[in-house]
Amino acid sequence: MTELISSLLRGVGTGSVYALLALGFVIIYKSTRVINFAQPALMLAGAVLVSYLVGPLGFFVAVAVAVAATAMLALGLERSVVRPMIGKPVFIIAIITIGIDIALRNVVNGFIGTDVRQVGSPWGLQSVRFAGVSVQERHIAMLLTALVIITVLFLFFKYSRLGLAMRATAFDQETALSQGVSVSTVFALSWAIAGGMAAVAGVFVASNAGIDQQIWIVALKALPAIIIGGLESLEGAIVGGITVGVVESLVATYQSDFAPWLGSNFSVVSPYVVMLIVLMVRPYGLFGTKEVQRV
Amino acid sequence: MSTPASTTSQRRPQRLPGRPDMFTSYAENMRMLNTTPKRRSVAALVVVAVAVTFVVDDPTLQIFALGLAASIGAIGLNLVTGYCGQVSLGHAFFLAIGAYTAAALSGDPDGRTIGFGITNILIWLPAAGIVAGIAGILVAPLATRLRGLYLAIVTLGLVFLGEHIFNEWDELTGGPQVGREAAVPELFGFSFDENGDILTGDQKIYLLMLVLLVIFAVAARNLTRSKIGRAFHAIRDRDLAASIMGVQLAKYKTIAFAVSSFYAGCAGALLYIVTGFFDPTAFNLLLSVQYIAMILIGGVATISGSILGAMFITLLPPVTRELAQFLPLLTTDPSASINIFIVEGVLYGALIIGFLLFEPRGLFGIWLRIRNYWKAWPFTY
Repeated sequence: MTELISSLLRGVGTGSVYALLALGFVIIYKSTRVINFAQPALMLAGAVLVSYLVGPLGFFVAVAVAVAATAMLALGLERSVVRPMIGKPVFIIAIITIGIDIALRNVVNGFIGTDVRQVGSPWGLQSVRFAGVSVQERHIAMLLTALVIITVLFLFFKYSRLGLAMRATAFDQETALSQGVSVSTVFALSWAIAGGMAAVAGVFVASNAGIDQQIWIVALKALPAIIIGGLESLEGAIVGGITVGVVESLVATYQSDFAPWLGSNFSVVSPYVVMLIVLMVRPYGLFGTKEVQRV
Repeated sequence: MSTPASTTSQRRPQRLPGRPDMFTSYAENMRMLNTTPKRRSVAALVVVAVAVTFVVDDPTLQIFALGLAASIGAIGLNLVTGYCGQVSLGHAFFLAIGAYTAAALSGDPDGRTIGFGITNILIWLPAAGIVAGIAGILVAPLATRLRGLYLAIVTLGLVFLGEHIFNEWDELTGGPQVGREAAVPELFGFSFDENGDILTGDQKIYLLMLVLLVIFAVAARNLTRSKIGRAFHAIRDRDLAASIMGVQLAKYKTIAFAVSSFYAGCAGALLYIVTGFFDPTAFNLLLSVQYIAMILIGGVATISGSILGAMFITLLPPVTRELAQFLPLLTTDPSASINIFIVEGVLYGALIIGFLLFEPRGLFGIWLRIRNYWKAWPFTY
């Protein structure tokens, strides 16, 4: 029983990081209708920046600076590469973001080198015990951070002027434009928010085993999360992210006992299996809006 | 042709001198090489391609052979993504299925990995294509249910699942970092990969790839100008409109995936006979992205563009490595901060972005521009 609970808690912890990444995808998708495949590179860039800044600045300042810098980087990418393509088919823009991802990731890899870099998070691998269940501190930190960010984000969307503008743009771009909403600001802002959240997620992803050239793969786990939740749903991204985290953690804990024939490390690909099953039943995800086609 | 017009024109339709774009019959317009310059230049290209066998040294020939095999795969991806508009990031998965089917069929029965000892290329090549094609048909129902980016992400998931399966199934694949031998190219006792009296192994493999590519390219070109090809175009441009006009979406999307996967399977089977060895970690997301890059850089919805793009992407790493000798900053030492692999990666990304931003029609578009310039020369248009 304690094994189950600690596995669930681990899942919720990593799941909340996936949720942050997934929210980044969904925010960009909602405002620009593009899936930003450059998210892994932004996550990696944020984490690597922290690993360089943590020495002189200390962890929390370093994270703040890195989040701001990654947000600016995302904004710059949107301005320079994605903006000229507005109006082109979304597939083309999605492929451009793949191009950005490959280029940026290789540049960042130059700063990683062959060794493993550490972000020097204050949590490390220590765990605390609640009623006989041990939980790693960093999983608690992940969950709390995600909760705070998500709360702030929802308040921002609900009450601020810019948040309203973003919701309006997501609802109908042309109408929003005609009502005086600066759609280009919304585009830029959505990229910046996604970039900042990717940086936060990167720090947490790296807090386990450090940064090497392979951790960008983790960011792609947000893709099954957004598909499970539905591409245009913020709630869906959160539910999807947590689902992916929990499924992964449960599979990692129990698969070797119940289904060893699936092979080791099956937990890594299990989110994709869940994604396929969800899509078979609901082609637009759990919370996605069904597309109505008009001729 | 049973139209009245064709009954009167038993002889070849009249070509007007100096009017290469003037066609007097539909069949003439739809011909694969519908102008004399096209016929001549294609013939010249084939002659050059064959002549290359005897001019270029063997290591370079190996790279060319890889490019030719990759071209078959790129044509396959272009059929489903370029012509039919179904974005597939799962091409690596189908390449892998083809590669392992061929390798298993022709492998050594007493070897470390699964093998049936059927080394005849006429058996393992179609088998690789058919098994991959069946996998494509199994994936197709997803394509009929999903659209656009949903489909892209699902096919991306396919690559991850496939990578896991191939990494774990080490009786078939030899396991990660170990690998297994590729298919054995042999035709009724004639071996393509061993040095012969007249031709070396590499020369024979190069010629084999060339012949196969011509066959596959002509077949694909024919498919695209048939009823099926027109259905693909209609689905790409607007699937809803296509279905209202009577194009059965499910049927044609299934055909697109099946044919594309067939091409991918054959390409996968052929790709690794050049190097003779491959391991399951090769079939990752990057491979899929490389194929997407091939068709985007070459030219979406063109067969010759697919070949251009595949050659370009295949030649990129060796060329950048050559470049490294002339630039002092670049090293091949992987521990240095600016090494050749990083430059190569950045170049990939930059090329994809650059082509999409500035020349969305790819290398084929550049060729069209050059051609149109000289067509109208000395006038600007």
